[in-house]
Amino acid sequence: MLLIPCPWCGPRDEAEFHYGGQAHVAYPENPAALSDEEWARYLFFRDNPEGRFAERWNHTAGCRRWFNAVRNTATNEIEAREVIA
Amino acid sequence: MTKDFPDHPDWLWSSPEPRRSYDVVIVGGGGHGLATAYYLAKNHGITDVAVLERGWLAGGNMARNTTIIRSNYLWDESAGIYEHALKLWEGLEDDLGYPILFSQRGVLNLAHSLQDVRESVRRVHANRLNGVDAEWLTPEEVKEVCPIVDVSPDVRYPVLGATYQPRAGIAKHDYVAWGFARAAAAMGVHLIENCEVTGVEVAGGRVQAVQTTRGRIAAGTVALAAAGHSSVVAATAGVELPVQTHPLQALVSELLEPVHPTVVMSNAVHVYVSQAHKGELVMGAGIDPYNSYRRRGAFHIIEQQMSAALELFPIFARAHVLRTWAGIVDVTPDASPVVGTTPVDGLLVNCGWGTGGFKATPGVGWCYAHTIAHGEPHPLNAPFSLERFTTGALVDEHGAAAVAH
Repeated sequence: MLLIPCPWCGPRDEAEFHYGGQAHVAYPENPAALSDEEWARYLFFRDNPEGRFAERWNHTAGCRRWFNAVRNTATNEIEAREVIA
Repeated sequence: MTKDFPDHPDWLWSSPEPRRSYDVVIVGGGGHGLATAYYLAKNHGITDVAVLERGWLAGGNMARNTTIIRSNYLWDESAGIYEHALKLWEGLEDDLGYPILFSQRGVLNLAHSLQDVRESVRRVHANRLNGVDAEWLTPEEVKEVCPIVDVSPDVRYPVLGATYQPRAGIAKHDYVAWGFARAAAAMGVHLIENCEVTGVEVAGGRVQAVQTTRGRIAAGTVALAAAGHSSVVAATAGVELPVQTHPLQALVSELLEPVHPTVVMSNAVHVYVSQAHKGELVMGAGIDPYNSYRRRGAFHIIEQQMSAALELFPIFARAHVLRTWAGIVDVTPDASPVVGTTPVDGLLVNCGWGTGGFKATPGVGWCYAHTIAHGEPHPLNAPFSLERFTTGALVDEHGAAAVAH
């Protein structure tokens, strides 16, 4: 069970959160110009490191706000978090 | 149910020192890696092969899965490879000359809503068109197959029926691995434990060798079968894979009298249950939601799967959990695997089996060996290419992949 530090509510049980996967994946600026390879990368490929991973969480059972965290996927330790402006 | 256990095995394979070079290096000594080595030697006469395993043989997901074997997937592509696997399972004990306790006790996939019923009936018809045995059962017929399932209409998620595949079942996972390992080693394959691959060497777009904790090993072909760590190994060759690594938990109860005659899976209440030969109830559910390489999941996932199991099987209320554990699984966007070539010449990939790789063990070993021997996919694994994510020809099996994805 992860103890996840919500930037607004403080440390809360993992069961209160919804996982949002990799952070900082921007929607393509000019979708019409994308090749099939670029679409494949945007839709289906995400980083999957064994180590530091920037990811998104939503505190669904609390303040219902999104934030980013950096978690080490080898240890599950949460090393940093940031508020999404 | 406890008949025919073989004695505790003596050494079934030798542990040679790795040579400096092999025709084929298989990365990962789990079920898939071992089966691939076996069929490489048996079907293609290729025996200059090393299977490199970072821990001990079959100590990863092969030791952690819930051993369910079935082939009742929706699409033609999936029916092809999973049914090929099931047919091989049916003759595997004789083929390997080793007991694997393959028990064709059938699988029920329960439907709890009108949507479930429609999808399930569709899948039964699709299965039949592909030569896969499948039936649609009413709640009363479900009760006949598995008397301990609660089919009363007044529960929160009543059982409205089920698909039934009588030829499905379970096998003893350790024996399967040992059987493949013994047979492959007897044909000259090197099985090398405690040998972690730390990098794949590529030059001029072609694979050259692997770097390992026991030195550099040159290879004509490098075939990945590294399950949850596939992304990590492939990344060292500059190949990205569309998989995400998650913990998947399972549990067993204490040993009980034979009480559960089949395998029951339920997508809606989210659990799958069978009873092992020895007597433990074996249960699993879905992945933990976040990416992780830690073989440990959250307890609330276990609680949810226990409450789901109790909803279906009130008789389990007084059973005790003996232990829980997790493996790490590589999940793809379409719940189907990736088996085939990569942009690097001589580097092949078998990954993305997510939560359901055990059932495919002989089938994928057969097809992957063909892919290695011929440098191009077998017709049965050709649809499961890495390119499908670019072409859009996905094989969406989220429904038939059942609970776990």
